[in-house]
Amino acid sequence: MTLTAKEVAEITRLLEDSTFDELTVELDGLKLTVRRAGAAVASGPPEQEARSAPAPQPRTAAAPPSHSEPASGLPPRSEAAFASEAVAAAQEVSAPLLGTFYRAPKPGAPPFVEVGSVVEEDTIIGIIEVMKLMNTVRAGVCGTVADILAEDGALVEYGQTLLRISKAACS
Amino acid sequence: MTIRRILIANRGEIAARIIRTCRHLGIETVLAASEADRDSVPARLADRTVCIGPSRPSESYLRVGTIVQAALAVRAEAIHPGYGFLSERAALAKASEEHGVVFIGPTAEQIESVGDKLRARAAAQAAGVPVVPGGAVGSVEEAVSLARRVGFPLLVKAVGGGGGRGMKRVERAQDLPQALQLAESEAGAAFGDARVYLERFVTRGRHVEVQVLGDGLGHVIHLGERDCSVQRRYQKLIEETPAPRLPQPLRKRLHEAAVRFAAGMAYRGAGTVEFLVDLERDAFYFLEMNARIQVEHPVTEAVTGIDLVAEQIAVAAGEGLRIGQSEVTWRGHAIECRVNAEDPARDFQPSPGLARAVRWPAGEGIRVDTHIEAGARIPTFYDSLMAKIIAHGADREEALERLWQAIASTRIGGMTTNLAFHSTVLANREFQAGGVDTGFLARLLAQAPMSVEARFG
Repeated sequence: MTLTAKEVAEITRLLEDSTFDELTVELDGLKLTVRRAGAAVASGPPEQEARSAPAPQPRTAAAPPSHSEPASGLPPRSEAAFASEAVAAAQEVSAPLLGTFYRAPKPGAPPFVEVGSVVEEDTIIGIIEVMKLMNTVRAGVCGTVADILAEDGALVEYGQTLLRISKAACS
Repeated sequence: MTIRRILIANRGEIAARIIRTCRHLGIETVLAASEADRDSVPARLADRTVCIGPSRPSESYLRVGTIVQAALAVRAEAIHPGYGFLSERAALAKASEEHGVVFIGPTAEQIESVGDKLRARAAAQAAGVPVVPGGAVGSVEEAVSLARRVGFPLLVKAVGGGGGRGMKRVERAQDLPQALQLAESEAGAAFGDARVYLERFVTRGRHVEVQVLGDGLGHVIHLGERDCSVQRRYQKLIEETPAPRLPQPLRKRLHEAAVRFAAGMAYRGAGTVEFLVDLERDAFYFLEMNARIQVEHPVTEAVTGIDLVAEQIAVAAGEGLRIGQSEVTWRGHAIECRVNAEDPARDFQPSPGLARAVRWPAGEGIRVDTHIEAGARIPTFYDSLMAKIIAHGADREEALERLWQAIASTRIGGMTTNLAFHSTVLANREFQAGGVDTGFLARLLAQAPMSVEARFG
């Protein structure tokens, strides 16, 4: 089961237009959860937060201050501390198939994750398009996005590292 | 159109061989490789390699969408499918065309019509090409009455089968209903098409095929025939051209029939029309057409001097046929041995592994198409073909002598191969005399194969 970028965008819009904070869609072999996290973080743009904070407790854990400066790409902690932790427990998320990698559900939309985003095993980190079929890629581990290696819109090969996640215990 | 970059959707020796021609033509190559083939010889020879998926073919080499996506992403104008894998799947030809990528091969429609054995039979009959007595059967009653006319033994064949797959031999009329039922259910499971048909089993036949080249507009030329009668369970082991001891008029009729068949469908690109030559009746029948480059194409290249892959690319680029029939000339004789990672002593079971020391032969008239060098691993996921050793000589005797020497000087350490078995066959008197039938290898194996092998191994 796969969803196209358009379908994911439509699902997101459903949530945006509603009064709910969370929307879960379960289809054959696929579970997509979209959470609204804007309410708790006054400094961040709400639309972006809705997508980049899919952690279980977004109000407490998933809204690091760095999210208000997505362009800097800086992790929420000092770089040195971050680097040593990344080496200790970095987990690579690799492409499950060859295709075009997209970091966001649609052109111009905020990316699924940024460096510093807290992810769970089933958090969507990107989309790989193969002949108009959108295949969602999930984090597979719990933790914080440490590094994003694959470029948006670029060809990724099977097994290519898309991003690195500093592992943490799943809540 | 100009083809500047080709995606090669294959692996092994044929990928390496296609890359060689592309280099010669100044065409860039991108190899679509599975995880197991990332560090293979073709991966090193190609200008670029993209990993298309895990080692299992169904997750990499057999994925139509992934192949087309890879071609689009690397901006390749064309896809060369090689042989096997997706080479004869209409879906790849179709998807390529839909996305503006040139498929180096026939049209999807042509692949479909030769892939369906009954349609191919009908096309052969329409082109005035003889087919093996037999035909489609809709019921057991029909089969029994048709069998009475055709005679026993006969073969029950799957419409969707080919290359020896999906066939049953029936010796007696009383065994027919059961064999039919079994064949239908097996064909349904294996090919997704339960249709079967009957064909006379030719007791003593030779497998002779004709190489053709078409421009897709109805012009077709032939590049002579190949004799592939040395086979075991329909797996070819040794191929040669010209076919030895074939009466000249029969040879000419085979060539003409192949051209008629291919021209009848305005065939595009390189293809092979396979025939069964009935030794007892001095007749020949259409078997099937292979809509791709064949494993054994180098013997044809050796005697004609024509690079078949280059011609495939030229036709795909819209250049048409660059050679007229009268310009095709044949010089000498060529024989090819398929060197496989398999164990003749254990019923030719595949023997994958690591090739430690490898020395391929070289010398006058010797060509080796391979992807194996020292340290190369033969993965379990793919076929066991390691190399093709081709010898060309002024006549059959010289070609045989050169091939014999070449095989004797070949060294493959750390693996079990069929090299010694090749020596056995080449030393056989019946083979040396030329013109053996397709039952030759089975008979040779029946007479204490190991003792013979010990002398030459």
